[in-house]
Amino acid sequence: MTRFYAFPELSPRCLAVWRRNFLVWRKLAVPSILGNLADPLIMLFGLGYGLGAVLGKMGGSSYFAFLAAGFLASATMYAATFESLFSAFSRMHVQKTWEAILNAPMTLDDVVAGEWAWAATKALAAGLCMFAVVAAFGYASLPAALAAIPVIVLVGLAFAGMGLVVNSLATGYDFFSYYMTLLLTPMMMLSGVFFPVDRLPAPIQALAQALPLYHGVALVRPLLGGAWPPAAPLHLAVLAAYALGSLYLAAVFTRRRLLR
Amino acid sequence: MSALRVRGLRKRYGDLEVVAGVDLDIAPGECFGLLGPNGAGKTTTLRLCLGLVDPDGGDIDLLGHRVPERAREARAKVGVVPQFDSLDPDFSTAENLAVYGRYFGLADAQIAPRIPGLLEFAGLGARARAPIRPLSGGMKRRLTLARALVNDPQLLFMDEPTTGLDPQARHLIWERLKQLAQQGRTIVLTTHFMEEAERLCGRVAIMDRGRIIVEGSPRALIREHVAAQVVEVHGPGLEAWAERARGLAPRVERVGETVFCYVQEADALIAGLRAEPELAYLLRPANLEDVFLKLTGRDLRD
Repeated sequence: MTRFYAFPELSPRCLAVWRRNFLVWRKLAVPSILGNLADPLIMLFGLGYGLGAVLGKMGGSSYFAFLAAGFLASATMYAATFESLFSAFSRMHVQKTWEAILNAPMTLDDVVAGEWAWAATKALAAGLCMFAVVAAFGYASLPAALAAIPVIVLVGLAFAGMGLVVNSLATGYDFFSYYMTLLLTPMMMLSGVFFPVDRLPAPIQALAQALPLYHGVALVRPLLGGAWPPAAPLHLAVLAAYALGSLYLAAVFTRRRLLR
Repeated sequence: MSALRVRGLRKRYGDLEVVAGVDLDIAPGECFGLLGPNGAGKTTTLRLCLGLVDPDGGDIDLLGHRVPERAREARAKVGVVPQFDSLDPDFSTAENLAVYGRYFGLADAQIAPRIPGLLEFAGLGARARAPIRPLSGGMKRRLTLARALVNDPQLLFMDEPTTGLDPQARHLIWERLKQLAQQGRTIVLTTHFMEEAERLCGRVAIMDRGRIIVEGSPRALIREHVAAQVVEVHGPGLEAWAERARGLAPRVERVGETVFCYVQEADALIAGLRAEPELAYLLRPANLEDVFLKLTGRDLRD
């Protein structure tokens, strides 16, 4: 039973899982990227220009720039989430792909770690596309803004791990709508994507500071503007803790689900 | 040395001991059948032998590696054909083999030259680029078998390899398995088709309620547990006839509307039946299914 609670062993074997997913994605890369980006881009341009005209400046920059940083983080979050929920569940439960992999000399740790890395990779792809759009419109002060890229990776790993935890507990696709609507949607409201969190009552601010997206936004927004974020080590530490903690829980719960 | 050696294997789920002390010795090159009704513990035994589940007790040695401790090393030399289709629907037939080979740590340059031969073996030589979804059940099973051979395994585990296939597809799988056995590979298969076990397996074990109840060659088991001939009789007047038959056959069994008579020599029974035009009868040699039903009973196992 001790095996059930061990931290996942990270072996290079997990790259075979990553590569399998990459090969599938390569066949459908363009529609996949468009699908990931259409929603945040429509929201960004609609709200950024529409609301921006009413609101004027926010936090010293245009509302479009403010919102762009927020959507960059949230698009990364959603890309990691979709991959680690719906796509991973298809592979685990519907197609029995994980079962087939486990019959080869692969461990469940390899599979979970490979899926984790893969979902974070897809999130990075989505984040980079958002970054490119934001930069093309002149809202990223290059080259300093490139420092946001490692943060995108970390946000991706955090939400990939959290998605895999939910996946390991899921009974069907419907299960995911609870996580999406009850957790991620409020998180998006509270994490400073649409408006600065410092206007909220103190208890709600405290709650916001426990959420990973809050820390992602707190890092990405100053970095896009070319400034070093205040309290950067704290934000990075929280994201890293979410990434590794959720990977651990995902491994434990998935072992309980499949290895019995 | 055994290809697979199991001692005192146990696995419990809640109150139910699914595997309750199983011993196995399977020699290299042997084709071994693990038979049993649904829920007998066959699949769990396979999963334990592969190191996918930790046993509650017992020892497993698979191709010289302790399982589950060294399961990764053991599985590198093993091929598995699972009970349910797990081919990757996002890939073509050839891609399925290539991607699966990578899970064994094989380099693409090692896998690529094997793929045409494996597809040929699966009877899919002309369909290297075909998608998986439109393939028939038989084609999928053959491709799964080819996939299990991508690492050139010494031993193959097959969980009900022909369940759900039509006779043509089933016979083709049997031919392929005989070919693999001739190449000297060890084959361990579970099945509840007794005909399949009789045709393919040099030795079988019948498992029920987590235990192996008998083990031996199909012929020896038939000789040992049932008489050589079976006469099945049904029709009006069965009741009265069955009473008389008890004097002529050492074992007479009534199941619903059919009477089964197990005899060494059926001449006397058949002579009697010729005088009963109302009764329909069938004379056949005893088979492994008779042994199986005698030992595990006729109750449904759902």
